[in-house]
Formats: sequence, C-alpha cells, structure tokens
Amino acid sequence: MELALTLQDLVPLLPIEVVTGFVVLVMLLIAWKRNHTVSCAVTILGIVLALLATLLVLPFAGQQITDLLVIDNFSLFFTAVVLATTGCIAVLSYPYLYNLNDEVEEFYLLLLIATIGALIMVSSNHFISAFLGLETLSISLYAMIAYPVHSKEAAKFPLEASVKYLVLSAVSSAFILFSIALLYAQTGTLQFTDLSVATAGAEVRTSYYATTLVLLLAGVGFKLSLAPFHMWTPDVYEGAPLPATTFLATVGKAAMMVLLLRFVVASGLLNYASVVTVMGVIAVLSILGGNLLALVQGNLKRILAYSSIAHMGYLLIAVIALGSASTTLGIEAVSFYLVAYIIMSLGAFGVATVVSTSEKEFDFVTDYQGLFWRDPWLALLLTAMLLSLAGIPLTVGFIGKFYLVLAGVEGALWGLLLVLVAGSGIGIYYYLRIVYRMLLQSEVQQEYREAGWGSIGSYVVLTFLLAMLVLLGVYPAFLMSMLEVIAVSV
Amino acid sequence: MILAWLILVLFIGGLAAWLAEFVDARLPRVVALVFLLIDAVLLLGLMNATPFVPAEGSGEWLVYLKAEWLPRFGIYFQLGLDGLSLLMVLLTVFLGVIAVGAAWSEIQERAGFFYFNLLWTLAGVIGVFVALDLFLFFFFWEVMLIPMYLIIAIWGHENKNYAAMKFFIFTQVSGLLMLIAILALAYNHYLQFGAFSFDYFQLQNVQLAASTAMLIMLGFFIGFGTKLPTVPLHTWLPDAHSQAPTAGSVILAGILLKTGAYGLIRFTLPLFPDAAAEFAPIAMTLAAVSILYCAKVAFAQTDLKRLIAYTSVSHMGFVTLGVFAWNEQAVQGAVMTMLAHGLSAAALFMLAGGLQYRIHTRDMREMGGFWARVPRMAVVALFFSIAALGMPGLGNFVGEFLALLGAFQANIPLTVVAALGLVFASVYSLWVIQKVFQGVYRDHPDHGESLVDLSRVEMVFYLLMMIGLVWMGMYPQSFLDLSAMTLGSLL
Repeated sequence: MELALTLQDLVPLLPIEVVTGFVVLVMLLIAWKRNHTVSCAVTILGIVLALLATLLVLPFAGQQITDLLVIDNFSLFFTAVVLATTGCIAVLSYPYLYNLNDEVEEFYLLLLIATIGALIMVSSNHFISAFLGLETLSISLYAMIAYPVHSKEAAKFPLEASVKYLVLSAVSSAFILFSIALLYAQTGTLQFTDLSVATAGAEVRTSYYATTLVLLLAGVGFKLSLAPFHMWTPDVYEGAPLPATTFLATVGKAAMMVLLLRFVVASGLLNYASVVTVMGVIAVLSILGGNLLALVQGNLKRILAYSSIAHMGYLLIAVIALGSASTTLGIEAVSFYLVAYIIMSLGAFGVATVVSTSEKEFDFVTDYQGLFWRDPWLALLLTAMLLSLAGIPLTVGFIGKFYLVLAGVEGALWGLLLVLVAGSGIGIYYYLRIVYRMLLQSEVQQEYREAGWGSIGSYVVLTFLLAMLVLLGVYPAFLMSMLEVIAVSV
Repeated sequence: MILAWLILVLFIGGLAAWLAEFVDARLPRVVALVFLLIDAVLLLGLMNATPFVPAEGSGEWLVYLKAEWLPRFGIYFQLGLDGLSLLMVLLTVFLGVIAVGAAWSEIQERAGFFYFNLLWTLAGVIGVFVALDLFLFFFFWEVMLIPMYLIIAIWGHENKNYAAMKFFIFTQVSGLLMLIAILALAYNHYLQFGAFSFDYFQLQNVQLAASTAMLIMLGFFIGFGTKLPTVPLHTWLPDAHSQAPTAGSVILAGILLKTGAYGLIRFTLPLFPDAAAEFAPIAMTLAAVSILYCAKVAFAQTDLKRLIAYTSVSHMGFVTLGVFAWNEQAVQGAVMTMLAHGLSAAALFMLAGGLQYRIHTRDMREMGGFWARVPRMAVVALFFSIAALGMPGLGNFVGEFLALLGAFQANIPLTVVAALGLVFASVYSLWVIQKVFQGVYRDHPDHGESLVDLSRVEMVFYLLMMIGLVWMGMYPQSFLDLSAMTLGSLL
C-alpha cells in the first residue's frame, strides 16, 4: 500500500485544498469578528476560487494520488458540479438566514466542511477515503439540519429532523462499515479496482460475496433514500431549514451516486445476478413508492422528498444498465441525469427558499396559490423546474429521461422501463397539481418576507438555473460531448 | 430554412402576443392573427416549390432541411415538407386563424397568455407535421402538450382541472411508450449499422425480427392511437373537449387529433410495413368499434360538446380504418377525412361554444326551438351537421367514401360493419338539429337577451369553413393531387 504523499501529488488536489483553506479562513474570520455578509462572501469567494482551481488542474487529470484518491476527468467534472451547487446554496442561504435571531456565520463553515466531504467522495476509489468523505459530509449535515434549533421561532422542527437523520444515518454507516469489513476479510483489499481481480478467483464463494454486497447496498440505499430505506427522507426534508434540505437533496445525493457508480464499474458488482435482482427490486419500489406517496402530500418539501426517492429509482435503472452492453452510455446517462436532477432540485427548493426565511417557511402547496398572477417570474421559475422534474421537453429533465431510457433500452431492461413510464405518469399528477394551484386565483395575499437586496443574488442564481435548464434542454450537445470524454476515464 | 421559420414565427408570435398584453388588453389577438397570417404567406410561397428528391432520402419533397443538433446520438434538426405535410400545415394555419376568431370576444381574461399558449400549441403541431428526425418529432409531439394543458386548465369550464389533468396524463404516458419504441428502433440501428440514428430515411433500412418489430410498432400505435383517439384509448377526449374553451376545442378536434393520424401514415406503417400488415385486422376492428360504439354513445349525450366529441372519435375511426387498409384509395380517403373533419368538427365546436357563450349551458335538454331566435346560426349548424353525416357534395363524404372503398379491398366484413356508421351519423346529427333548433321555443329566463344571432364577423369565419368543405366535396382532386405525391412513395 502506497501512502507516501509527494509534493507533486498535492497539485491535482488543489480544489480540495482551496476549500479546506477557506474553512480555516472563515473560522478565523468568525473568531475575529462576526459578520454575516463577510462570512457569506468569503465562502462564495472560496468556492469560486476552488472552481478556478478545478479548471487549473484539468491537465493533471488521470492520476491516482496515493491509494486513496483518484483525480480523473470524471472526478473533476463532479468536483465542479458539487462546487457550483454549493455556491448556489451559499447565495440562497444568505437571505434565508438574514433574520435568524442566533449566530448565523457557522452555517457557512458547515457548508464548506460538508463540501470537502462531498469532494472526497467524488474523487475516491478506496473504501477508506469513501467512508471518511461520507462521514465528513454526514456529520456536517447533522449540524446544518439542526442549525436554527436555538432560535426562539424556528420555522420547522430542526431538532427532530436532525436526530432522525443522525440515528438512521449512523445505522446505515454501520451497515456500510460492516460490509466493508466482510469484503476485506475475504479479499484483503479496500481498493475498488482490486476487488474485481480478487473476487475473480474461484475461492470466493458467490453467496458470501453477494450477501456482503447487498448489505452494502442497504447502507447506500439509506444515504440515497431508496425505498425501502427511505422512511427518513420526508421528515428530514420537511424539518430541516431549506438551505440544508437543498444541500442534502442535491450534493448529498449526487456525491453518493457518483461513489456508487465508480464502485459498480470498478468492482464487477453487477456480475452477480442476485445483486442485480435486488437492485431491480429497489428501483421498482423507489419509483412506485416515491411517486404514489407523493400523491397524497400537501407540503412542497415532502412532495419533493418523495419525488427525489422516485428520481433516485430512475437513476438506478441506468446504474443497473451498466451491467450489460456498453458501460460508457450508462455512465453518461447517470452523469447527465445527476446534473439535470441537481439543476431542477436546486431550482425548486430555491424558489421556496427565496420566499421563506428562517422563521417562516412557505412550504405548503397552498402557499403558492395564484402565484402566477402575483409574481409571474417566480411562478415561471417554479413551473419550469416542476415540468423538468416531470420530464417535459424544452427542459433538461427531458434529455435526462431520454438518456435513462436509452440506457435502459441498451440494457434491455424492458420491465424497469415500463415501471419508469408508470412512475412518470403518476408523477405528472402531483407536479401539475402544484402548477394548477399557482394558476388559480389567490384567496389571500401571502406576505412573503424578503431580505432586501440580499435576495437579488437568489434571483440571479434562480435565473441562471432556468437558463441552464432550457439551454441543456434544447441544445445539450456541449455537455453530451463533455460527458462522452469523462465517461471513458472511469 | 423557411421550414424552421414557419415554426419560429409562431414561437416568436406567442411571446409577442404575451408582451402585447402589457400595452393594451385587446392587442394580443391582433398580434396572434398577424403572426398566423405571416405563417400563411410563408406557406403559400412554398406551394409553388418544385418537388425534388433529397440526396440521402427518398420520396419527393418540396422543402427539406437537415442541420446538426446532437451529434452524440445522430440526432439532426431534420425537417421536410411534402404534399401530405403541406395539407396538414395548411389545415393547421387555417384553423389557427379560425381559433383566434373563436377566442376573439370569448377570451377576455389574461388574453396575452392565452394567445401565447395558442400559438405555441400550433408551433408544436406544425413541428410534428414537418419533423423527419424521430427525436425531433417526439420533441414537438410533447411541446404542444403543455400549452394545450394550460389552455384547458386556465380558461376551461367547471371541471377543467380534472379534464386537463386527464388529457395530459393520457398523452404523456402513451408518449413515453412511444419514446421507448423510438429508442428501441434507434438502438437496433446502432446494432446493425454501428451508430445511433433517428433519421427517418435511415431507420427505414433497419431489419427487425418479426416479434421485435411488432412490439416497437405497438409502442408507436399506442402513442398515436391515444391522440387519434381510438377505442379503448379515447376516454380523455370527451372530458377535454367539453371543458376546453371554444378555441381550445377547435384546436383539439381540428388539428391535434390529426397529428395521431399523420403519425400513423408517416411513421408507423412505412417503418414497420410487415408488423403493421399483421396488426391491421386488429386495428381495423378497433376502428370499426370506434365508429359504431362512439356513434351510439354520442347519441346518448345531453351535453352538446360531449356529443360532438364522441362523434369526433367516431369519424376518426374512418381514418384508422383507411390507414390500416394501406392502399392508395383508402389512405387518400383517410387524408380527406382528416381535412374535412378538421373543418366540420371545428365549426360544430364553435357553434356549441357560441351557444354556451350566449346561454351559459351546454345541456341540450334546456335548448329547443332556437331556429326562431337565431336563424343564421341554425342554418350554419344544419350545414355542418349534414357535412358531418357525410352528405355527397361536401368534403366528409369524399373522405369516408374513399376510405370505405379502399378498406373494402382489404377487409370486406369490417368495412361492411363500419359503413353502418354512416347511418348512425345521420341519426345523431339530425337529432342535434331537432333538439336544439327545431321544436317549440320555450322562453327561458337565462336566454332571453343574450341569445343573439351570429354576427357578421362570425359569419365570415363559418363561411370560410363552408367554402373549404364545398371545395373538398366538389373538387377533391386539388387535395388528392397533393397527398398523392406523398402516398406514391410511401405505399
């Protein structure tokens, strides 16, 4: 095992180092003098610099940095995606936290630390680094979810959500750790790529290996909120403050999915028929369960929680398709859909964040009644995001679904595709119900509280997301060719 | 490039109409009309184009455009206009103008957004009629749904949410099945030729095993059959029609249903000739059932718009019948029926909408003896009713006659059964006239003042449609020549 770190190895890790440096900087700034605006601005600056650093290290792509981290085009792409998402969330957090009657600056600190975890996860092909990244992300998230707990008038129930997430997340981490130990006991390696070599030998019993992998899937299923491990999702989404929910729903899910993708490709997991069956069942349960349960919800955050369960189910179809036919198409499909999913989730939660503050969240569908006639721009934004989630053309969600179906067709997963069609059909109902609600006449004038000029940034972010949504929905050729390149590097 | 402009003009027009509302509430309708007329002028310019065979394709096309779009999957911005497309686009633009007329005084609230949706629907429909890349086709196929949904959901009647949602879910789910079929076809192209392709011409070269072809063909059939609609996929239509505003009904019945029939003619049968031939007896049976069953159900309705909606399903049965008979006469008949039904159904929906606008009900039990009050309207209604029942000399007769004539060569028993539909059509058409316009006029407190006869402007719109139907009935050759250009290469 090669763990010696040379000076050259530090160069490709620049984005992670920049973020880590800014964690220290933000912490010192808070210790020196508390200032919400400065903390937020420095955080955003750090993220922008880290994004630039990502561009700088592009020429160094394709390196294994010790056994723990790999910097290739794929990890750099998702490094950029995670950073951009975090940047958007930082901007959205500012007006949300503006009126919180408690210290607000540490939220940005937690955001940056969680981002480090996510960056480690997308660059990892070793169980140790994967687990460390995962825990860094999760532990910061516990605090982010509970953040307004000391506020006298917290909008939601942050403590309940945080404890729920803490307990269940810890249990699932235990599952993952246990399966890692079992894998290590049999194969003697923690490197993803060595697993396929180690297990290719006849001495590893199939049933043992398959059981271990299913244990691992259960743990990963918790983190991705796949049914039947999804119970925590709606409660945590609803109880957490909106920026934390957004981070959990976008970066949290994406980093885990990237990790899963890398693991699936490297480990030969899909050679086991029983594992494929289990994944298929999980996908079906997630799609149908998520969509059906979303039908009866009246709370926007809960609807988006259930819809995220369904979307993770859709994604799993493409992951399963990796087992057959060409792997690159499956990787492209998952990557594209993740980008699409991040854009539309960020947008949908973002609209809710803009109108909400830490004391009062407007998260019921009825709060948005008549929004089309009160605030057409905001209504247009939310409508576009919802239609994209439903997979309607002109939006990125449609191209994403196109990718998934194509991957499914290539893998000849007809049954799963029919479930996807059924799920999408159900999905339309609850997405359009929100749109319809916005079209009605409003009965009462909702008093949305805003943080003055602070929300201008949020509107800029949302407009940017809408532009990306339409651009990638109409002319995604540049992203397609980019993904074609990065898919080869996995 | 002119083809792309044909679509773009409407997209831009939609935005312009929306913005125009902020200047003056009466401006959007004028803007919408102007942009539709621009489209009409563009289209008339195309009619004199000389047909040619594109280098990489087959068949004769008036205009053809191919530009790169998504090279990763071999997706092109590929548009083509031939005789069949031209007829359909003409119908679309013509009925678009009529729809603006129908909405002229009816839509007062949020007019800008209404015309935006109207023009975007039309843009999607024209896209469907000229797209040759299957991905692009699907793109347009879905683009027209959302604005149509909004038209029903915002400006509809008492049960609009249910109707709009049902319309959307039916078309979206069947659309996704079609997407899977399209991708399966493209993937088979990949297996055989080493590259994905959605090109209409290239996909015709794909060799499929009989069972695969049948499954893929069914995917297409479900997509198109829902839009057409054919029994048993028709249940969304009566709800959508009865709840939609008048202009929405005109677009739905006149144009949107035709996209399904167009898809069958353009894609389903040419791409899967063998599977379609094998499936033809079932499809024709469904068509015959649609014709008779929906005629019967129409007769049982008391809601005027629901009645006309069911007759639409019944008439579209002749189209399915003709298309799946797949010989020149039958398909010519199907195309003529599409055109003629487009006009007659649109006119009937406008009349029903006009009546509802005047007396605030669609319930025929509350109507009767209106001839005395609104003679002009009664005459117009009589004209379009006898057109719909297939009176010789008008367009619908030519279409249904040709469809039956062609179908007779393919399947005698089913054609004989389907022909009974003409008898039923007479029954329900005349029934409507009797119930609404004949009999004794009973004074109704709600009707009194508001039940006024058709205005001059309205008469102009109806007159245009009448001329169209008479033209189709008296000199169908001018239309048959155009569609023959397409059918010659497809059959």
